[in-house]
Amino acid sequence: MGMSIQTVLSQVMLGLNNGVFYAILSLGLAVIFGLLNIVNFVHGALYMLGAYVALLGYSMLGPLLGKPDFHLNYWAALIVAPLVVGALGIAIEKTMLRRLRKFDHLYGLLLTFGLALIIQGVFTNYFNVSGDAYDGKPEVLNGVVDLGFMMFPKYRLWVIAISLAVCFGTWYVIERTKLGSYLRAGTENPELVKAFGINVPLMITLTYGFGVGLAAFAGVLAAPIYSVSPVMGSEMIITVFAVVVIGGMGSIMGSIVTGLLLGMVEGFTKVVYAPASGTVIFLIMVVVLLVKPTGLFGREA
Amino acid sequence: MNRFLWLALIALGLAAPFVVYPVFMMKLLCFALFAMAFNLLLGYTGLLSFGHAAFFGGASYVTGYLVKTSGLTPELGVLGGTLFAALLGYLVGSLAIRRQGIYFAMVTLALAQIVYFVALKATFTGGEDGLQGIPRGLLFGLIDLNRHYTVGGGPLGLNLYYFIFVLFCLGFWIIHRTIHSPFGQVLKAIRENEPRAISLGYKVERFKLMAFVLSSALAGMAGSMKSLVFQLASLTDVSWHTSGEVVLMTLLGGVGTVLGPLAGAFTVVTLQSKLSSVGPWITVIIGGIFVICVLVFRRGFVGELGRLLRRPL
Repeated sequence: MGMSIQTVLSQVMLGLNNGVFYAILSLGLAVIFGLLNIVNFVHGALYMLGAYVALLGYSMLGPLLGKPDFHLNYWAALIVAPLVVGALGIAIEKTMLRRLRKFDHLYGLLLTFGLALIIQGVFTNYFNVSGDAYDGKPEVLNGVVDLGFMMFPKYRLWVIAISLAVCFGTWYVIERTKLGSYLRAGTENPELVKAFGINVPLMITLTYGFGVGLAAFAGVLAAPIYSVSPVMGSEMIITVFAVVVIGGMGSIMGSIVTGLLLGMVEGFTKVVYAPASGTVIFLIMVVVLLVKPTGLFGREA
Repeated sequence: MNRFLWLALIALGLAAPFVVYPVFMMKLLCFALFAMAFNLLLGYTGLLSFGHAAFFGGASYVTGYLVKTSGLTPELGVLGGTLFAALLGYLVGSLAIRRQGIYFAMVTLALAQIVYFVALKATFTGGEDGLQGIPRGLLFGLIDLNRHYTVGGGPLGLNLYYFIFVLFCLGFWIIHRTIHSPFGQVLKAIRENEPRAISLGYKVERFKLMAFVLSSALAGMAGSMKSLVFQLASLTDVSWHTSGEVVLMTLLGGVGTVLGPLAGAFTVVTLQSKLSSVGPWITVIIGGIFVICVLVFRRGFVGELGRLLRRPL
């Protein structure tokens, strides 16, 4: 097997590219889990929805408004998609998740599973399961960059850079600012935080909106790389669940680092033994469960 | 539950193929057993497995392979599938019970995905096509399960139906005995308050694992039955959709009730056959029922009825 350092590095870079998606999505799950105590099964579907906002905004919004030349461009989609999906998330939280707060946390998982089926089902009806290509990739991001060891697509480099910025930005806000301290306090003891006069229900709603907004943001980033299809979310979410089990949802930084590392490991596996690259994350999960059941960065739930 | 109700149910099952389309009845029995096996875990032990399709579908592949390629008789095929599911349940269960609550659900989902990958990539599973044309064969080498009898004006595959019905009753009986045994009481104690069960000296992990193995074995038996009825083992059987469906059946009928999963399976299987014309919209409808069920009647049909009658059903 020709395993030159070049091949390994380039696969690991491509793996890192997947890793940033795992990181953003598991970060969103961790933020939501922290305050709402639910596993947001609909996360994958909302990631898919984000990609479709970009796709439809680019190719269908113009004709719909009677201006065939109008395209919602990529940069606008990066802002609009998280807002649209975030608003949907807020609606979901206010009308449904809120009612389940006093019941077993498993009901939150079941409810969001049902929502995921609805969203995925609707898109399966109107769109091709094998996927559509997104044509709105900005010209600035076409072409490749010479990294010394490989020629790397400019767009993928941008995705890695902006995702890392978003992940660490979120980490900074939660761990280092006053707003973040309210959030962390709300995670530890919502009753006490309420007693200090902080509007905890509003905080929960906005947190959920922010968490799913992150998923939509990742969806827009993914649109030019992967084909946009109704099943892109469900394929992603199960892997991300494994990532979350490996990292543990207790720590923001933990979920970011685990996501990035697992993406790279997956890329590395492609060089060593390609058939295993689809399952390697699940196998690592098995090992972690045997060695450290609470997860790498986990506190016992 | 009283004796007359049991006898009535058995009589209903015996008479059903003369009234209802037998394949529909058999599909119902397979999924009802699947849901009851799942309920043993969720309803009586408080563990939400989101990967039960791995046992259902895995066993369906094993039975298909044993009967089709190895030429075993159907009852040995079902036995093989069930044992395989029990073994798989032991492996998955030992890992999953290391985590609790929602993590347990995610771990089982992810582990089931490994089984899905294997079914997709391995050669003996037939990949995307699955195992097709699984023969029903001769029960005990004697009774032809393909044989049709002319009843009324139409042909009826009664041998197969009664074979499936007997297996279903066996599964039902095992579950019923388990729930009403001292072992079942310990499971309920774990569901209600795990730390208390531990402090009473029960080895909670071992009980959970035993419940998991039993549940996955019975789910496997249901899958084995299904592969004989439809003569097909496919990727759908091991997919997360099927795992979700069994959760829905149980939730809809009533978690932790004896008859709930039966009622839930009946509802979902009926919906699927009545609404087969709507195509992919069925996913939307199933999702909608999920949402309504979680928001409005968490006890399910049978659970709500039991509350009205003020007795557990």
